[in-house]
Amino acid sequence: MSENSIEKLWLSGNEAFALGAYEAGVTVASGYPGTPSTEILENFAQYDGIYTEWAPNEKVALEVTIGASFAGARALATMKHVGVNVAADPLFTVSYTGVRGGLVIIAADDPEMHSSQNEQDTRNYAYAAKLPMFEPSDPAEAREFMKLAYDISEIYDTPVLVRSTTRVSHVKGRVKPETRETPPETSIQKDPAKLVMLPANARRRRTILEDRHESLVQFSESCYHNRIEWGDRKIGFITSGISYLYTKEAFPEASIMKLGMIYPFPEKMIRDFAEEIEKLYIIEELDPFIETHVKAMGIRCTGKKLIPAVGELNTSIIKKAITGKGAPDLFTPAEIPMRPPNMCPGCPHRGLFYCLSRLDVFVSGDIGCYTLGFLPPLSAMDSCVCMGASIGVAHGMAKALGDAGKEKIVAVLGDSTFCHSGITGLVNMVYNKSYATVIILDNRITGMTGHQQNPASGKTLMGEPAHAIDLEALCQAVGVKHIATVNPLQLKQTKKALKEAIEHDGPSVVIARYPCALLPEEKKKKKTPYSLQREDCNGCTSCLRIGCPSISWTPVTPEEGAKLGYKEKQKGYAQISETCNGCGLCAQLCKSKAICKTKEAQA
Amino acid sequence: MKESGNILFCGVGGQGILLASEITAYALLEAGFDAKKSEVHGMAQRGGSVVAHLRFGEKVYSPLIDLGQVDFMVAFEMMESVRYLPFLHEKSQVIVNTHTIAPPSVATGKTTYPENLLANFSRHNISHLPIDGAAIGHKVGEIRAANVALVGALSNFLPVQKELFLEVMKKRLPTKILDVNLKAFAEGSKVSGQ
Ligand SMILES: Cc1ncc(C[n+]2csc(CCOP(=O)(O)OP(=O)(O)O)c2C)c(N)n1
Repeated sequence: MSENSIEKLWLSGNEAFALGAYEAGVTVASGYPGTPSTEILENFAQYDGIYTEWAPNEKVALEVTIGASFAGARALATMKHVGVNVAADPLFTVSYTGVRGGLVIIAADDPEMHSSQNEQDTRNYAYAAKLPMFEPSDPAEAREFMKLAYDISEIYDTPVLVRSTTRVSHVKGRVKPETRETPPETSIQKDPAKLVMLPANARRRRTILEDRHESLVQFSESCYHNRIEWGDRKIGFITSGISYLYTKEAFPEASIMKLGMIYPFPEKMIRDFAEEIEKLYIIEELDPFIETHVKAMGIRCTGKKLIPAVGELNTSIIKKAITGKGAPDLFTPAEIPMRPPNMCPGCPHRGLFYCLSRLDVFVSGDIGCYTLGFLPPLSAMDSCVCMGASIGVAHGMAKALGDAGKEKIVAVLGDSTFCHSGITGLVNMVYNKSYATVIILDNRITGMTGHQQNPASGKTLMGEPAHAIDLEALCQAVGVKHIATVNPLQLKQTKKALKEAIEHDGPSVVIARYPCALLPEEKKKKKTPYSLQREDCNGCTSCLRIGCPSISWTPVTPEEGAKLGYKEKQKGYAQISETCNGCGLCAQLCKSKAICKTKEAQA
Repeated sequence: MKESGNILFCGVGGQGILLASEITAYALLEAGFDAKKSEVHGMAQRGGSVVAHLRFGEKVYSPLIDLGQVDFMVAFEMMESVRYLPFLHEKSQVIVNTHTIAPPSVATGKTTYPENLLANFSRHNISHLPIDGAAIGHKVGEIRAANVALVGALSNFLPVQKELFLEVMKKRLPTKILDVNLKAFAEGSKVSGQ
């Protein structure tokens, strides 16, 4: 087993992307967090001799790396699939300008939507923006393809897309590291005919794009990572990325054409392969990207007719689709309750959503940990489209409803989301005279994706202290007249502030500020947990309505109830587990004073 | 000894599943196997159901274990062990922490925590080893070390020498938590030491 030697590292795809970028001599990297792409920059930040940052959003991140490339550096932008939509504007035009230092954009798709609001297929962007794209299958290729991508970027004067998926980014495997290339020298070099995209220049570049495409097709034909693994020629597969590994496992004997470079296609190679194969199948997750192209070449093949376009694939899905035979008889699943994710004990969002759940309003939501406010028992979110949309949606509803919507529309979004794309929505709200209320859930960090710094949290990705946006001052500068700041763990205060803001005539902002309970600084604080005196509980279930994972309900029989001195109609009591973080929300709701700090209870 | 295998780790976000699967993976690598592991980060970590696939052998392609193909299941919570039943086959070995964590619908009294969960394994004659992870945790003085106790139990079934697990932990765990974890590993491996 010499292949499995210890010198190889054990890395996730995202760690391998970071390693590959480092080895390629990348010195500037910018991105915006998003599952499954986040750990690429977090790992890249660990290396010496580089600069990396979290940008407020993906558009800015890509623009930063375009600048770095124009200055001669090798640069990397990272984002999740939906982030590419945000960055699409610069993406389509940097395709025209081309690069100076190599420029690579990693886009991480999330088939199956493990942590996303849609499952779009980023490969379509390669086609639409006329950019080459590579698609690794595992961590070893993730490292290797990065280096190739930088060479291609510079040789062909083009930004290069690298597509990952959850099962590449979050898979660990063996990776063999190499030494780092010397990063290129940087300098100012003016080249307006290439870099200033006004119509006259852009028209010239447009035709260059076509020539570049042709050259890239030639490269694709000879690229080692587009290869044929000959086997049985009765059936053959064209596949790429993670689907290649599933196919290889499902049909180890078959002929397989693996496309490591997924765009542009090696047309001659595909034609030659198809000619040798009796029955050709295309195996790909999500859209029929390869299939459409192969069919457009006039080649008969089968793809989405058999292979699902929805969700992730795996070995047995492919086997079953092609042979009609599934896995042997499986054990039938037992019926057990679902276990959806939940806000953590002590999460400051819980208090705010509890207050919202008591109000008769439409909650225009947004994306973050706080989207969990949608789940019962809080059930306090009525829409959620994409990052930053909460404010525009609230404003649009207010305009459509007119007076009937007054005091009925609120938008809710997190600090990172507000900086990402909420600010422009707020500008619009003031400028175009709205009356909705915007609630910024400022937990001082980008929570959902695992604690990334953002422009409001006072620190950079590289761990340096930074200016933290003064959100109140910002809203004031935008022109909001009614701004209130509350601690969402104080229910009375929060309810009052919400009511005043909602009743305010004109746009209003409530900043609900309390740090995420999982932040190391918060965890260090000694907070006394609460406990519940069973004898004092009257079974009203008020505390259960906040949906805290630390609080649970224990039913009692009439006899047990009688023993505990309960009234006849009391059906049980609540309990607080040792996971309590001491936030005190439940104590504020308990009318029978059965909940108190643990120490006091013992005293 | 078996030269390839599929291990499924499952439980609830925050139970130390990733660490347990990492220790196991490194031990397999030290033993000369190729391996791949698949995890899902993000949303599910917020107290949701969490699963990691670990495959080892001479050469591993797919990082995902197919339904009906799990050889070893390490479940960190009782109910979660049953959630992945269709992944098991008749000869699977299940190692299950008898600890229970109420999901929201149970905590709020809408449903009750399912009873007699292990009967799901007995019914199909699936070999299963219940372990009181919390008790071991208490015994070694760190409740959070329950995850490594389960790895200890698992180590009895893998084609990897115990010493390799110990080496891996010594190399990879911070000194502060090394001792309790070594103890938890030893306690866990005793449970199944037939
Ligand atoms: C365009 C886009 N980029 C990134 C993401 C991934 N993402 C989802 S929520 C979130 C951050 C939320 O942070 P914040 O608004 O501070 O709320 P918190 O999770 O802390 O409550 C991110 C980056 C996304 N869904 N869409």
